[in-house]
Amino acid sequence: MTRPTERVERPGHAESRRQPERGGQPERPAHAEPAGPGGGGVLDLVGLTKRFGAFTAVDGIDLTVPAGSFFALLGPSGCGKTTTLRMIAGLENPTSGQILLDGADVSSRKAHKRPVNTVFQNYALFPHLSIFENVAFGLRRRGIKKVDTQVEEMLELVELGGYGRRRPGQLSGGQQQRVALARALINRPQVLLLDEPLGALDLKLRRQMQIELKRIQTEVGITFVHVTHDQEEAMTMADTVAVMNQGRVDQLGEPEELYDNPASTYVANFLGQSNLLRVRVRERSGGDVVVDAGGPRLLRLPAARCVSGSDEIFVGIRPEKVHIGTRSAVASEVSGEVAGEVADGMNQLDGVVTDASFTGMSTQYLVRLAWGQEITVFVQNLSGARIRPGTEVTVSWEAGHSFGLDAAQDAHAGERDQQAGSAPAGSEAVETST
Amino acid sequence: MSATAELTGADRPPKRSGLEAGKAHRNYIPYLLLLPGLLWLAVFFAVPLISLFSTSLYDPDGSLIEGYRMTWHFANYVDAVQAYAPQFLRSFLYAGVATALALLIGYPLAYTIAFKAGRWKNLLLVAVIAPFFASFLVRTLAWTTILADNGLVVETLRDIGVLGANGRLLATPVAVVTGLTYNFLPFVVLPLYASLEKIDRRLIEAAADLYSSSAVAFRRVTFPLSLPGVVAGTLLTFIPAAGDFINAALLGTPSTYMIGNVIESQFLQVTDYPTAAALSVLLMASIVILVAAYVRKSGTEELV
Repeated sequence: MTRPTERVERPGHAESRRQPERGGQPERPAHAEPAGPGGGGVLDLVGLTKRFGAFTAVDGIDLTVPAGSFFALLGPSGCGKTTTLRMIAGLENPTSGQILLDGADVSSRKAHKRPVNTVFQNYALFPHLSIFENVAFGLRRRGIKKVDTQVEEMLELVELGGYGRRRPGQLSGGQQQRVALARALINRPQVLLLDEPLGALDLKLRRQMQIELKRIQTEVGITFVHVTHDQEEAMTMADTVAVMNQGRVDQLGEPEELYDNPASTYVANFLGQSNLLRVRVRERSGGDVVVDAGGPRLLRLPAARCVSGSDEIFVGIRPEKVHIGTRSAVASEVSGEVAGEVADGMNQLDGVVTDASFTGMSTQYLVRLAWGQEITVFVQNLSGARIRPGTEVTVSWEAGHSFGLDAAQDAHAGERDQQAGSAPAGSEAVETST
Repeated sequence: MSATAELTGADRPPKRSGLEAGKAHRNYIPYLLLLPGLLWLAVFFAVPLISLFSTSLYDPDGSLIEGYRMTWHFANYVDAVQAYAPQFLRSFLYAGVATALALLIGYPLAYTIAFKAGRWKNLLLVAVIAPFFASFLVRTLAWTTILADNGLVVETLRDIGVLGANGRLLATPVAVVTGLTYNFLPFVVLPLYASLEKIDRRLIEAAADLYSSSAVAFRRVTFPLSLPGVVAGTLLTFIPAAGDFINAALLGTPSTYMIGNVIESQFLQVTDYPTAAALSVLLMASIVILVAAYVRKSGTEELV
């Protein structure tokens, strides 16, 4: 059925979007009108604020979402991410601030006049219309008469070809989700908004749809703004993640950057898991910050990874970046191969293992440090040997993996949000029981 | 009820002894539960219906004093139609107009209560139901005062020239239709409200998101989804209104009498039972046919 369109000659940029048929694999048809190089629009939020009575849901957000990018707004429920999305869609009026689409202010435009479409949280498919009519809805409202080809192709894109005559009620959750996506995408919006689109799916299906969504986004080249409370989902799919907390954007960046170098305790705890040690700064020299954690040895971290200039800071380290060894083993290892580097390259602390739990691909240790604080360590189960609780150990990590945060914050900010919000995904970071 | 009972029965792993008895026992439960309702229907619906139908075929020459003979006199129907065709047509006309008016008034009302009333919702619903606290007769009689010749309504209408100097409302078709509309309005509003209230607001947002102005969203989403309420409301109005005789008796004149008035007088005043029964059966049959056609046309089965 897709053959005739594939034979049609297309200008270069359109051609490049189409993957030629290979290896006898039936190829998925590209969309009838592939978006040009600027298929997606640039979205700018300027000082966007929304108050409901005395409650400020969104507190002066400034963001730029580049054209064609996959952007995630990540945060726990109640952080204002959905309200932000609804304001972009035009379903909520901002109290102040502007929404610019490709430079044009659309803040005061009604929802039905914005070149933006939404995939709603529970899909909001029209139950009285067939799948075909659901997908064709937007086209028909814009007065397009011949919709058959476009709808069929869009249904093929979301792998629902042949489902056109069914009703939404006859489809599974995952299928409904794809219909909702097709219904929005067919309009070629400048920006596609996704409001927790995978929230209602089970874990396996969610994983599958994450990959699907990413594929479709690459294929159509539309700007996606994705709202989610699931940090893993955001990191898997998005090019850029904005972590929202209490109506503000806490930090914005690529997933790796956010994870490796969080700028606040909130981000450090919400995105994955962190060990945060309250320390005093001894000196700042040669691109390093030397701190005193209260142990016998001083710790170091690169000044570039320390966002605070004060004398008291948090030193953070991700649990999977920490090595653990029994006292004697480390001592010999240190003396053997890395002895010279300990001072510059590695940070070391002594402690006692208080808990060891096997989680399949890794073992999670809790190590009580000299001053009573416990830190979490993930060790991949490469060898069968495990350290028993009560054993005296030394934990160490590369100084370059540490990050420094302002100590005026709550060390546990975001922890509860993460546990409440995040689905138990496969990553070790989430499967802890702290 | 029965479905769940069967399901749990089927889900059980097959055990040998005792199960057969248990299964048989379980299968009777639905029928047992249906029994009181079935008995009620048999005694108070099926028997009277058969009795009514056979009465309609009695010899019309009989009387209450002499008794009636069963002569399978189908001509009763022909006679009844010939004699009372105008009242029949009038019944359906009045009921139809009243239903349409009730829908016109009731839809915006139900819509407002469901979508816009906010904290006034319950109060408004009570206001819709409140008239039921007064008797049907009293409520209808009240309209004789409202529409009286020297009442405010008629005088105002005379003043602004809608009615002539001697024009009146009482004892006109307008009064009868007004009474019917008023009396059955809650039967339109309540099912409509239930239907509208049930609609997921996000569907309307989705429509707006997909380029629908509020008017288009209403036409394409809200209204189609409220159709079950529309159908239920119009049926609940049309059916009793077509057989009503109180409104025509109290607010109309013999020239506005509906088929209900005829049946009432045939049964109770003239005591011509066969004709009255034939008219009743005809009324029932025609309503069933009309309703069946209506439900089929509106296609609401698919909606549920």
